[in-house]
Amino acid sequence: MSRRIQQGGRLIDRAQRESFAFNGRQMSGFAGDTLASALLANDQMMMGRSFKYHRPRGPVASGAEEPNALVGLSAGARFEPNQRTTTTEIYTGLTARSQNHWPSLDYDIGALNGFLSPFLPAGFYYKTFMHPRPLWKALFEPVIRHSAGLGKAPTEGDADRYEHFYFFADVMIVGGGIAGLQAALAAGRAGAKVLLIEQTAHWGGRAPVDGVMIGGKPADEWIAATLDTLNAMDNVTLRSRTMGAGVYDHGYALAYERCEDAVPQARGPRHRLWRVRAGQIITATGAIERPLSFPGNDVPGVMLASAVRDYLVNWAVAVGKRTVIVTNNDDAYRTAIALHDAGEAVPVIVDARPDAKGPLPERARALGIRIEQGCGLSGVKGGKRVTGAQICRQSGAGAVIEEVPCDAIAMSGGWSPVVHLWSHCGGKLTWDDAQAHFRPDPSRPPIGHDGAGFVIAAGSANGEMLAGACLQDGDAAGKAAIKALGLKAKGGAIAQAEAEGEHPMMPVWLMPADATPELKMKIFLDYQNDVKLSDVQLAAREGYESVEHTKRYTTLGMATDQGKLSNINGLAALSQALGADIPDVGTTTFRPPYTPISIGSIAGEARGPIFQPIRQTPMHAWHSENGADFEPVGQWRRPYCYLRDGETRADAVTREVRNTRQAVGLLDASTLGKLVVKGPDAGKLLDLVYTNMMSTLKPGNCRYGLMCNDNGFLIDDGVVARIDDQTFLCHTTTGGAERIHAHLEEWLQTEWWDMQAYVANLTEQYAQIAVVGPKARTVLEKLGGMDVGRDTLPFMGWAEGELAGIPARVYRISFSGELSFEVAVPASRGQEFWNKCLAAGAEFGIMPYGTEALHVLRAEKGFIMIGDETDGTVIPQDLGLNWAISKKKDDFIGKRAQQRSHMTDPNRWKLVGLETLDGTPLEDGAYAIAEGTNANGQRKTQGRVTSTYYSPTLDRGIAMGLVLNGPDRMGEVLEFTRTDRPPQHARIVDAVFYDKEGEKQNV
Amino acid sequence: MLILRCPYCGVSGEETEFHAGGEAHLKRFGPGSSDAEFEAYLFQRENPKGVHFERWRHVNGCGKWFHAARCTATLEVFGTYPAQSTEPPADLRKAISAKRPGWKWREFS
Repeated sequence: MSRRIQQGGRLIDRAQRESFAFNGRQMSGFAGDTLASALLANDQMMMGRSFKYHRPRGPVASGAEEPNALVGLSAGARFEPNQRTTTTEIYTGLTARSQNHWPSLDYDIGALNGFLSPFLPAGFYYKTFMHPRPLWKALFEPVIRHSAGLGKAPTEGDADRYEHFYFFADVMIVGGGIAGLQAALAAGRAGAKVLLIEQTAHWGGRAPVDGVMIGGKPADEWIAATLDTLNAMDNVTLRSRTMGAGVYDHGYALAYERCEDAVPQARGPRHRLWRVRAGQIITATGAIERPLSFPGNDVPGVMLASAVRDYLVNWAVAVGKRTVIVTNNDDAYRTAIALHDAGEAVPVIVDARPDAKGPLPERARALGIRIEQGCGLSGVKGGKRVTGAQICRQSGAGAVIEEVPCDAIAMSGGWSPVVHLWSHCGGKLTWDDAQAHFRPDPSRPPIGHDGAGFVIAAGSANGEMLAGACLQDGDAAGKAAIKALGLKAKGGAIAQAEAEGEHPMMPVWLMPADATPELKMKIFLDYQNDVKLSDVQLAAREGYESVEHTKRYTTLGMATDQGKLSNINGLAALSQALGADIPDVGTTTFRPPYTPISIGSIAGEARGPIFQPIRQTPMHAWHSENGADFEPVGQWRRPYCYLRDGETRADAVTREVRNTRQAVGLLDASTLGKLVVKGPDAGKLLDLVYTNMMSTLKPGNCRYGLMCNDNGFLIDDGVVARIDDQTFLCHTTTGGAERIHAHLEEWLQTEWWDMQAYVANLTEQYAQIAVVGPKARTVLEKLGGMDVGRDTLPFMGWAEGELAGIPARVYRISFSGELSFEVAVPASRGQEFWNKCLAAGAEFGIMPYGTEALHVLRAEKGFIMIGDETDGTVIPQDLGLNWAISKKKDDFIGKRAQQRSHMTDPNRWKLVGLETLDGTPLEDGAYAIAEGTNANGQRKTQGRVTSTYYSPTLDRGIAMGLVLNGPDRMGEVLEFTRTDRPPQHARIVDAVFYDKEGEKQNV
Repeated sequence: MLILRCPYCGVSGEETEFHAGGEAHLKRFGPGSSDAEFEAYLFQRENPKGVHFERWRHVNGCGKWFHAARCTATLEVFGTYPAQSTEPPADLRKAISAKRPGWKWREFS
């Protein structure tokens, strides 16, 4: 059984009890416990079930690399799945639930998959669930979805708060072990701005657990003194519980701070995402111990030797009463010695090496611990918990020579440097034969903006596995970073670290070396994804030679742990199966984040109302208070319609359209883009950006214009008013103001930079209000101040003056076909003018109308709308707008493109009006069906609907659409698709449904 | 996320301050050009692995367009210069030659 021992536990505070719940059962631990150490102290070894076979699983590690012991934390709006018990700090009130089982952790029906495992080989899904296709939706997918997957996704919105934090550092050091601390000392002493982060709550890394002495004292003392020194430096920032998540181009890095995970219901942000720009980044991220590949290596109670030592030294938890050690290196002897020193039984150390003669094995021998050399394990007894270890010759096929009763097995297959951050941005690795691991190749680092490397690996992340070398390497890294920054390194002694030397390890990728196929099927490479040695070998036999393909085929190294434990063992297995060297097989790509980060931290503050800035017109508040039903238009919110008591949206739109046609309506058109183009060459520039001629426009007049890109496609439209000889005011669409401003700037700056013209965006400087309808002039006359008569201000003219005492520019333009005045007033006086219009118009029945009424009004007149009639593939000629394309100009943007053969093809779909036979509106985006089918067996089409509305004026459905040879087919009836209903018949008609002669706008 | 220096305002900024604008030094072909010339202008790009000249705009800054010489493989930025240039400045080309001997990009080397 696993239990708390009476002595020790450097990270726990025995004076402070914390109580928590696991699967509804109340348990207690000490402050400083992780959930894993507290559960183990309560003899809860089994913490979850595996992904595919639902095998019982306990923790195998003690830190970020843990693949098995994942739980769902909290509940409701704070529920979070897939949290590692090994990195979760406990607090009173914490609730955790294990995953991947039904009905319970102890009794699980999905475990049947385990008996079926011979039939669930690598690529099983690919091979099995191909045919018959109809079974996918009905059978395969529901079954797979039910049994696969890790934790369940939360169902409620996240109740916690998150934030981003920007930080600039000369040197960012990731990892607060002794190498990182020493690097921070070196960089800090030189005066650089240093950021040092550590993913756990504690500094010093493994040195204290390994019993390292620094400067003749226990490592803890050196760590405390070093922290004091660093804290006293103003130029050094330290953060624990902060994980280096990713390294990106040019020294950009992300760090993930868990601020309040250990403090429930806190007021601050739960997680903080640090967005760091660093001159140099030192990765002192340590190393991770590798499991050994022996049969039964996934039974709860089989753990990494370093984890067993961590639980004992850090949290005073003995994971078993009798712990067998199995290893291929000297480091695992530290675990045996620590257990022995704590009074725990170590029946045997099984060492795969023919002889173990280093100082550590000698010490273990001297302590009387039995050592079996040249041996391995060929089996583990027990299902939900280890009950025994079967010893065999490492060189053989696995014949059991002895069975040793035990309840824990500590394994060590050697150590792999954590090279993730080094690799994220292109740092390359080199294979270290002696230590059988990949380490950073300092000659091929990630490259910064200046072409020099900007990442330096230090300590065991750099392949320096002994404490003394780690300190030296950390110091060298700190000084190298200082030099790269052009600063001067200062002296300062490096403390000497003492730890027992280690004799060479022996690479062991398969235990026993000639394991039978039956044994191989019990050897797990990837615990989280249930990938076995036999799966990788099968993939190799089936032709998966690339490690990236093998990963995807077998799922080796996927999911939340991203193969931190399994990668090297997996690719070693692959390389053996392929008969290739490990470095030739290579690694899969290391991608950020290093460990999973919360989605909330990525969103940061950008959620709810501040997800995106909302643009509001000067009259926005009035709209809100008067029934506006808003819709997003770009970043603006515009009233779709104004709802009155009991009205539906359709009712409101109908009322607004009829009132505007019959009396007078008021539209907030402030969102229209207003670009001023000014200068001696303004006319010349506009002649090039509009398809029609603008330079001939007289001051005081307006002209409708079209803009295309150099591909010929229509990108925007609007009315241009010539203010004076050198000044034009160009109206753009609501969503187009910034885009068209940028378009003009681009041509002006990068193609015609000799032109004397500039562009300014005045969109928000004016409130623009359209007074529309037969009684519009009467309303303006009542406001008084300007002559807006038919002759003084004719259609497509504009005038400047005062209306109701407010400076105003009045454009006589119409997007509705009615008599219409668009009045621009200073933005600060928009609301005042709006109110005055409402007051003056009251007796004439004035009503505001929204964007939907605006759409209906324009569609009744056959006016196009950018984004409805255009989609980036439509040229003005498609829309019958040839009248707005100048034939006199030598050039305009899009002219050459529109001469291409495809653009002049007579069979392009062209704009027409559509009128349904039954009077109901067509569906938006519906296709006109043609005879025959295409190569995919789909019906051919001959057109599509671009705008469709119910017209209150005509009391029927009207639409516009692009139809093959449409203008030549007037009167023809076409079939249009409908969703889940038979097609609908519509007749091709003129797109202008209302007032074809245009008399109403011209009164 | 790249760091770029705007040659107009002198700011060294984060990539989020800028907006990429595709290949630099395109020659515009308009009316009167052949189909082949026009196609090349609109669609044919160098897309090299290595030295590249590209357009950027300091969109969340001074608003100016400029050109950058950059290695697409290592992301090293060799230099930036105003967009009102018909060819990369001689000193920049020399600096690139020092780091990438024998480089060639369109008619420039």
